[in-house]
Amino acid sequence: MSDKINLKIDNIAVSIRGGSTILEAAKTINVRIPTLCHHEDLCVAGNCRVCVVEQVGSDRLLPACAMPVAEGMEIQTNSMKVRNARKQIVELLVSEHRADCTRCYKNGKCELQELSSEYIVGEGGFIDLIAHKGYTIDNFSPSIIKDDSKCIRCQRCVRTCDQLQSIGALTVAHKGEHMKVSSFFDKPMFEVVCTNCGQCVNRCPTGALTEKTYLDEVWSALNSDHKHTVVQTAPAVRIALGEALGMPPGEIVTGKMVSALRRLGFNSVLDTDFTADLTIIEEGNELLQRLKRVVKDKDDSVKLPLTTSCSPGWVKFIEHAFPELLPNVSTAKSPQQMFGALAKTFFANKIGVEPENMVSISIMPCTAKKYEADRPEMRSSGFKDVDYVLTTRELALMIKQAGIDFASLPDDEYDSIMGESSGAAVIFGATGGVMEAALRTAYEVVTGREVPFEGLNITPVRGMENIREANIKIENVLPEWDFLEGVELKTCVAHGLTNAKHVMEAVKEGRADYHFIEIMACPGGCLGGGGQPIPTSPAIRKKRSEAIYHEDELKPIRKSHENPEVVHLYEEFLKEPLGEVSHKLLHTHYTERNRY
Amino acid sequence: MKKNLQRLDLIFKNEHDTDVILQRTLARNDDEVINDLISSGLKGRGGAGFPTGLKWKLAAESQDDEKYVICNADEGEPGTFKDREILSSVPHKVLSGMAVCAKIIGAKKGFIYLRSEYTFLKPQLLNVIEEFHNLLDSLKLNFRVEIFMGSGAYICGEESALFESMEGKRGEPRNKPPFPTDFGYKGKPTVINNVETLAHTYSIFKYGPDKFKDLGIQDSRGSKVFSVSGDTPIPGIYELEFGMSLQKFVDDFGDGDSKAVQVGGASGFCVPRKRFGKTVIGYQGKLRGTSLPTGGSMMIFNSSRSMYNVLHNYLDFFVEESCGQCTPCRVGTQQLLIGIQAVKKGEQSSSYLDKLLDLAEAMRVTAKCGLGQSVANSFSSIVENFREEMIY
Repeated sequence: MSDKINLKIDNIAVSIRGGSTILEAAKTINVRIPTLCHHEDLCVAGNCRVCVVEQVGSDRLLPACAMPVAEGMEIQTNSMKVRNARKQIVELLVSEHRADCTRCYKNGKCELQELSSEYIVGEGGFIDLIAHKGYTIDNFSPSIIKDDSKCIRCQRCVRTCDQLQSIGALTVAHKGEHMKVSSFFDKPMFEVVCTNCGQCVNRCPTGALTEKTYLDEVWSALNSDHKHTVVQTAPAVRIALGEALGMPPGEIVTGKMVSALRRLGFNSVLDTDFTADLTIIEEGNELLQRLKRVVKDKDDSVKLPLTTSCSPGWVKFIEHAFPELLPNVSTAKSPQQMFGALAKTFFANKIGVEPENMVSISIMPCTAKKYEADRPEMRSSGFKDVDYVLTTRELALMIKQAGIDFASLPDDEYDSIMGESSGAAVIFGATGGVMEAALRTAYEVVTGREVPFEGLNITPVRGMENIREANIKIENVLPEWDFLEGVELKTCVAHGLTNAKHVMEAVKEGRADYHFIEIMACPGGCLGGGGQPIPTSPAIRKKRSEAIYHEDELKPIRKSHENPEVVHLYEEFLKEPLGEVSHKLLHTHYTERNRY
Repeated sequence: MKKNLQRLDLIFKNEHDTDVILQRTLARNDDEVINDLISSGLKGRGGAGFPTGLKWKLAAESQDDEKYVICNADEGEPGTFKDREILSSVPHKVLSGMAVCAKIIGAKKGFIYLRSEYTFLKPQLLNVIEEFHNLLDSLKLNFRVEIFMGSGAYICGEESALFESMEGKRGEPRNKPPFPTDFGYKGKPTVINNVETLAHTYSIFKYGPDKFKDLGIQDSRGSKVFSVSGDTPIPGIYELEFGMSLQKFVDDFGDGDSKAVQVGGASGFCVPRKRFGKTVIGYQGKLRGTSLPTGGSMMIFNSSRSMYNVLHNYLDFFVEESCGQCTPCRVGTQQLLIGIQAVKKGEQSSSYLDKLLDLAEAMRVTAKCGLGQSVANSFSSIVENFREEMIY
């Protein structure tokens, strides 16, 4: 299949590797064939039929996304027959879609809208099926709204949920006119195995799957005189926000984002990266303590490997899929929730604001964070620790609504305290980043020396490989860690829940002897999160990843334990890692959940 | 019974010679048997008409240790009921066809995908299969047949949807290529043949390709089992020579007032009275004039029937039985149905029928599988020939 195949597309000669599709071949000569069900991250479906093309001499049209090239093929992508068929297909899709465009959250960002404008689907289309059938909207989830009246059954979401995430919360039910994307017994999304990861939202071409927005609530907090608004921004937002505001992927816009947040009226502009550093201290110490109890004390009540807990999609996944492994999950809260708990205690006290008058808002690359903030465990401050979670996309919308010309904003700095961060915190936004950050700190705690990697860059845990393993030999340890002398620390990194599932199956069946596992629910880690700008693709995620590691290199401080504000926080407030205050504010517990 | 009716009954003739024929055929060279099938001109009797010998040959050439033979007994086309009769009265012929195919392509396992509504056939079929397995043991052929029950979806008669269904998934057609002879059940090379096709192979093994080829015309060779229904005094199952004109068919089977014949069920073509003489029943090939294939369903309508109601009924069926996967079929079928309703009620002008005819044509060229592609057959032939019945 590796031999070159020669064909003609629109009379232009193309030579391409055998096994490629017509769509791929057309791309190489810059011929755009419209698609809807096709997505670079997903397997071929060939079900929307928008991409049909004509093969000279063949009566039926071919789906360019699914049809492999063949020697001597002559393809017309823009013949009369193709245009007629394509227009009818778009008209058919519009007829089963509630084309309420001006009232739609995806207005202006909808792929069906784009196509229908290209093919001038105006009056004279088909009869409106939605008016005939009625519809329901599932808006019970704190994260995701599912509006079946906008669904065009392309099944991108179904393939995402099954293939990328191995969740299967969204499946196809019924046939014929009743065929729909559904959940277990058509239950609301919040009652089923949905992890709120939002990968489906990232790939839905229409407004059928969107995040639940809290813009109104946040605007009203900003406009309230007696409320003090505190905003935190996740590591992966700063390298993607620009995309939603007209910039190319991979722009670092940290300073502009801080400026914009001030202009929007947030009273304290702080950084989730600060609590990312804090997470490393807590989680790193948890790892070392577990190692001590397992290796030195031979305490078999302690579970290894330890897995990370900062990805709320991952946490909910393991609660559903591997409840027996919940003791392996770090009890450390995610950076968002550590921040929330500290904001309404330590920080409120520091700035002299009553916590009931504080509104804590986070900007996340994530839809699952909306759900996480709603978890009943997340009220350690005595209040809801994080009041509202906005996605990167929602922040971009606020910036647009406020008439801010983002590109021309000057750079600005986060407030202090809880605004300082290290490079180790920034890389939380990329798959492997938490592992790298933890190793930078843990290795140094145990040996008194920096990790033995050039420029602190632990490249084996980086990249986009599905599952990555790295072993680090611990040698010449400090006296109190003598039991770790010569131990080879075995780590594993996985991103996307399908990969997570493979790793956890290996752990469950005793096929894996890792000490520490980092798992991120989303492909590429948070930089590919469900709240990030749309579209997403491997190429876009690679750009974002490069930006994150670049931001890390630019930081004067590269290791979490050297973040002076974190050091100060321990001295003044927390006293010690895993201490009493930490236990109350920074750690949590998990719940076994249903399997459907 | 009309006097001139020429029944063939090659298939239904039961001479209890399975062991002899099977032993003789299995002893022959594989290429010879395949060449016999090819030269006989046998084409798939499910309706699509793919040359059977070529299908076996392709599967035989496909390199894999694991291959399958599947008998498609998901007889779901409205107006078709001949496979039921074949499986009831001569199942050993079907099984023999499967066994010879298995030996040639190198399959050790076969399945009969039995339509859910035919569950009543299962016990007797299991008995026959058990006896047949004993015969195979005595002939030293390592091949076993199992019955897989369908669940009632029409689309699962489409071969790739049938595989998906057997694999425990939603019965949805796959993208093709790859084709079943390379990538079939469980992704393995698979020969899937209609019940009747397999029974015909037995006739060819027994009588040789020439006798089979002597029957029929041009590209349509041999005999064909028809399920005759509708306005006929003699409904039932008939094995007739391929290539007869529709006029002859109506003369033999009609009630004297035949207005139209639906050839090939809901997914086939409707032929009005004025075209009876110009239409031949057979695969479209080098024949001049109109030649209509059929999986066997022949529905005769007399002048008391409303063709609007007939079409409405077919569209109801498609709206329900589309798998819903591809746009043209899922939405197109619904639009055709509510479209003719709207025209009938006067909510749309009669010119809306032309838009619907365009839609049917677009469905024909863009739908993913045979279901969506063939909705246009009945829709266009009924609307074009009985347009006034759609409007008034």
